[in-house]
Amino acid sequence: MSSPTAAPHDPRGAAAPLRAGDVLERTRAEGRPALIGYLPVGFPDLEGSIAAAATLIDHGVDMIELGLPFSDPVMDGPVIQEAATRALAGGTRTRDVLRAVSELSGRGAAIVVMSYWNPILAYGVDAFARDLAAAGGAGLITPDLTPDEAGEWIAASEAHGLDRVFLVAPSSPRDRLEYVVGHTRGFVYAASTMGVTGTRTSVSAATEGLVERTREAGARNVCVGLGVSTGEQAAEVGAYADGVIVGSAFVRALLEAEPGDLAPLAAVADDLRAGIDRARPGARP
Amino acid sequence: MSTPQNPTGPTGRPSVAEELRAQTGPYFGDFGGRFLPEALVPALDELTEVYEKALVDPEFVAELQRLAAEYTGRPSLLSEAPRFSELAGGARILLKREDLNHTGSHKINNVLGQALLTRRMGKTRVIAETGAGQHGVATATAAALFGLDCTIYMGEEDTQRQALNVARMRLLGAEVVPVTHGSRTLKDAINEAFRDWVTNVATTHYLLGTVAGPHPFPVMVRNFHRIIGEEARSQVLERAGRLPDAAVACVGGGSNAMGLFHAFLDDPEVRLLGCEAGGDGVATGRHSATIGGGRPGVLHGARSMVMQDEDGQTIESHSVSAGLDYPSVGPEHAWLADIGRAEYRAVDDDAAMEAFALLSMTEGIMPALESAHALAGALELGRELGPDAVIVVCLSGRGDKDVHTASSWFGLLGDEEPGRGDLQALRARAREALAATEARTVAARPTTPEEMA
Repeated sequence: MSSPTAAPHDPRGAAAPLRAGDVLERTRAEGRPALIGYLPVGFPDLEGSIAAAATLIDHGVDMIELGLPFSDPVMDGPVIQEAATRALAGGTRTRDVLRAVSELSGRGAAIVVMSYWNPILAYGVDAFARDLAAAGGAGLITPDLTPDEAGEWIAASEAHGLDRVFLVAPSSPRDRLEYVVGHTRGFVYAASTMGVTGTRTSVSAATEGLVERTREAGARNVCVGLGVSTGEQAAEVGAYADGVIVGSAFVRALLEAEPGDLAPLAAVADDLRAGIDRARPGARP
Repeated sequence: MSTPQNPTGPTGRPSVAEELRAQTGPYFGDFGGRFLPEALVPALDELTEVYEKALVDPEFVAELQRLAAEYTGRPSLLSEAPRFSELAGGARILLKREDLNHTGSHKINNVLGQALLTRRMGKTRVIAETGAGQHGVATATAAALFGLDCTIYMGEEDTQRQALNVARMRLLGAEVVPVTHGSRTLKDAINEAFRDWVTNVATTHYLLGTVAGPHPFPVMVRNFHRIIGEEARSQVLERAGRLPDAAVACVGGGSNAMGLFHAFLDDPEVRLLGCEAGGDGVATGRHSATIGGGRPGVLHGARSMVMQDEDGQTIESHSVSAGLDYPSVGPEHAWLADIGRAEYRAVDDDAAMEAFALLSMTEGIMPALESAHALAGALELGRELGPDAVIVVCLSGRGDKDVHTASSWFGLLGDEEPGRGDLQALRARAREALAATEARTVAARPTTPEEMA
């Protein structure tokens, strides 16, 4: 299943790509939550974004969420908007995202793509699923696509064996949670707060309740995103969530660094991973 | 909502089932739906429920009618435009005067409806996007009337070209936030409004100003505006003794056009013409003619026609008219184009500015630049249909806000800049139209053979 470009990085050669569920079972067995890192492809440029994601993997990130930059990112705050705008201005294409997936798969982290819906529609839903699977991707996170409108994507992800990550929010009532969980594969993305991406000084206390409600609705894996930026917060959220998703804090580290300097990004990852490792002090090993 | 198998009644409605008028979403053919974050689903469900209950609640209906009569000033007039008609090959052009509504455009019809719903939902704040400022002014007005907090998002470029409306909104007590991302026009204002909404949805209603967006907005906004077409239809029947040959309106998102068209959807003899903004010309790529130059896609919560590149990235739209400068369109329009019930044409900046000046000089009515696109479309259609045709045009707004743009276009700013349009030539055409109309009035009545017969 791995594409030729991914093979050199894959110690197991042509092994099947890691799925989100594989990673989350592994971290569960290790008695800790997974650390999931978001970066937009093409920022600061294609090679730079691949190098940045590889740095995250080397610094303890278990799953990479590669953002497909979009002209109208209504779920993103200013930091990710800025990076996406620059990536598009630099000529980033949908096929670059598939190339990044291919380059990063086989390094021990699961690679999922996060995309608004129109670029996937424009590529062709089945064609994108086919090419994502061929590149070694695990699946797709769809922030502006709910299962209600996802018929074509559900069929394509079944056909090509991909994870389907839908979102839930603090506003989601029980029937919506059940509906979303029932259509999800891999993990449910729980938005910690009502709002857009961005760092926040505290993660809402209501988040734990949302994770609990999502589990009661049948989810095995619930990962929390929006607003987590420090090891402190990762430890707090990781105490109850199966995975902790960090985006803006990584993107900001790239935005503020000198071009090509990945040390600040690595430092943010190390801090977050330390938080992840102390999230469940009582757990084994 | 509508009565199927209605026999031909006193209104002259055909006896076919009212299939087209009966569409209530979420889908219009392949278009429409709800493509938004899960976080907003409960709010959209609540809005749908409250709206559907209100629609059949006599108290709500009466309150809306009272506001229409006592606050907006409805029904709006249907004005003859005999001298302007002369320029349309003599076709009889009737203007549906939404420009005479309180706040100066059709936008108030929808705003009052949604403001009442906001109160019913117990929310205390409204947010809105605005392009030309018409919807922002209407929303700020309703917020003042109902005591709601109000934030208006407006592209930075639009705050500059519509500075007067920015001041109006602030004077009405609203906060105006210039949006500095992306193309800094209407689409980016909508993005920012959605970001605000998902953050503050517990207290805030997004008072969307057009027939786009996720369900229920397209059907709800259309229904708050359908009074335009209902009034126009009965006014034309009374005035001309028959239905019009065509109904014409400008289309950005398409709210005034859906309001006008809806009453005529099941009158197959009435042609429906939507005029999109052709900007510098569709061939140049610098335009806002979404139906003419876009393809199906998802933007701002609905599947519709979208101006986009090969990868599905939105292409920036262009128009001299801020209110039409939008790279998508309401899904019901996409559907009406798809099934061939309505026709959509691009009117470029030059033609729209000409129509703006010509209506001003022939009838003493200064239209909004948006409405000027419909007027240009009517001039063209009138020449095609001939002098026996009756054409209703939605004059969706007044042109006060556009005086600066027009002055610059015609070189009236006194800054030595020559201007792109030739006002002298247009004045000569207007004079000819005036003379021809007068000659016809003086000579015609008793002796014209057609009249005798």
